[in-house]
Amino acid sequence: MKNDKFAINISHSEPGPGDAGQTGSWRVERPVLDAAKCIPAKTGKESCFLCWMYCPDGVISRTIPPGFDFQYCKGCGICAEECPADAITMVRETESGDETTGC
Amino acid sequence: MHCIETGNTAAATGVKLARTQVIAAYPITPQTPLTEKLSEFVAAGEMKAEYIPVESEHSALSVCIAASSAGARAFTATSANGLLYMHEQIHWAAGARLPIVMCVVNRGVGAPWSVWNDHQDSMSQRDTGWIHLHAASHQQIIDTVIQAFRIAETVRIPVMVCYDGYLLSHTYMPYEVPDQDKVDRFLAGSAPARLLDPSSPMNLNTVTLPNTRPDVRGDIAPAYMEIRHCLQQDLTRTTAVVEQADRDYRDLTGRGGHPLYECYRCEDAEFIAICLGSLSRQLRGVVDSLRSASVKTGVIALRLYRPFPAEQLVPELDKARGVLVFEKALSYGYEGPLFSELKAALYHGSRRPVLHNCIVGLGGRTITTADLHTALADFCVDPETVRKASPQWIGLAPLK
Repeated sequence: MKNDKFAINISHSEPGPGDAGQTGSWRVERPVLDAAKCIPAKTGKESCFLCWMYCPDGVISRTIPPGFDFQYCKGCGICAEECPADAITMVRETESGDETTGC
Repeated sequence: MHCIETGNTAAATGVKLARTQVIAAYPITPQTPLTEKLSEFVAAGEMKAEYIPVESEHSALSVCIAASSAGARAFTATSANGLLYMHEQIHWAAGARLPIVMCVVNRGVGAPWSVWNDHQDSMSQRDTGWIHLHAASHQQIIDTVIQAFRIAETVRIPVMVCYDGYLLSHTYMPYEVPDQDKVDRFLAGSAPARLLDPSSPMNLNTVTLPNTRPDVRGDIAPAYMEIRHCLQQDLTRTTAVVEQADRDYRDLTGRGGHPLYECYRCEDAEFIAICLGSLSRQLRGVVDSLRSASVKTGVIALRLYRPFPAEQLVPELDKARGVLVFEKALSYGYEGPLFSELKAALYHGSRRPVLHNCIVGLGGRTITTADLHTALADFCVDPETVRKASPQWIGLAPLK
């Protein structure tokens, strides 16, 4: 800023996990991975990763098997929609059996 | 350089002298000749700018928003329904803190359709967070356009330069064009901040949550309310920036001295008329005439409408017995917006002049000097009775 008196506030975010806030608390359904169907998990090869590519919040890791960051996963279900092997199922949080809500 | 040209040409010349880099506009009467002139400057190589023809006013301002985010000096212009079509992006430009300059060549808003002058268009954008400056003459148009870039870029808030359609936009009047080197000196050190930078990628104006959040580095990022509070604070500080721009411009050109409003024969005035734009020049004749009949009147042309210079205006007005607010706009169902604001500004003072509101010239209705004279003279004789008819419509034709 050229003029310190005008300390400009605008909203912006930089690439990185969680720069839109603790969005994990928004989740109603969570993705659950079936490693027996997931292509990289099944083959042991770095392949597919369409879930990682399509996740709008970058909360899926490019690992074998892919992992989810439930701090920020909003539960949108795009990963389940895009998975060509039907390896991801969206399960209601109340039925997931996992106490971790991310927040 | 001395020249005799239209108000639209004066505006275009100011935009050229400011070395504007991106222009995006869509034609609408009475603005069209302004951006046609700019396209001529660009086509002739007199101006090194990207001239981007767009399919709508919404796109015109969207292009300016993108260009300004990338650090380019951006300009657009419009009128009336074109301005309304931009409305979403008008809010956006202010919230995104982009120093865009836009000329609003004031015109009545449809329906019914009108291409003639009133102030309903820019008034309807009052609460968007833009700075509003009103020019009352061709000279003020060119000078204000040049100053607008400095003001916008200092406070990072977009500026509307408003002037009357046809009355100023299409009439030919003499004015001085400042030398390029003077404008260069005036704008030296002023530039839009570059927000978009490929070496530091970021999303701009992303969704904010109701409350603050830790950002990717763990710092607390402002949420909607902090960002809006910052805009409000910076707008209130803008008055001093407008005054400084006027002082510096005056040092270079000798013109100016009335950054917030311009008084005419107000020193000892018992009754003051106040308005926006070219109507103030017509009212000067009325004031002269009343003064020659020993009625102490004066007129104030408000230049800075947002931020509203209430603090500075009150001491000018509270000395008077009565203040008559002439407006070419209306908050339908109530009264003129400027009238409401002046009443509010005077509320806390110990001296409260009698206030009256006259609505004039909607859709370009002819405003006769005789009508203005009668309205002001009647008010001076019996302000208390006259004010009871507020807002009083002047120039209405009797219908059967």
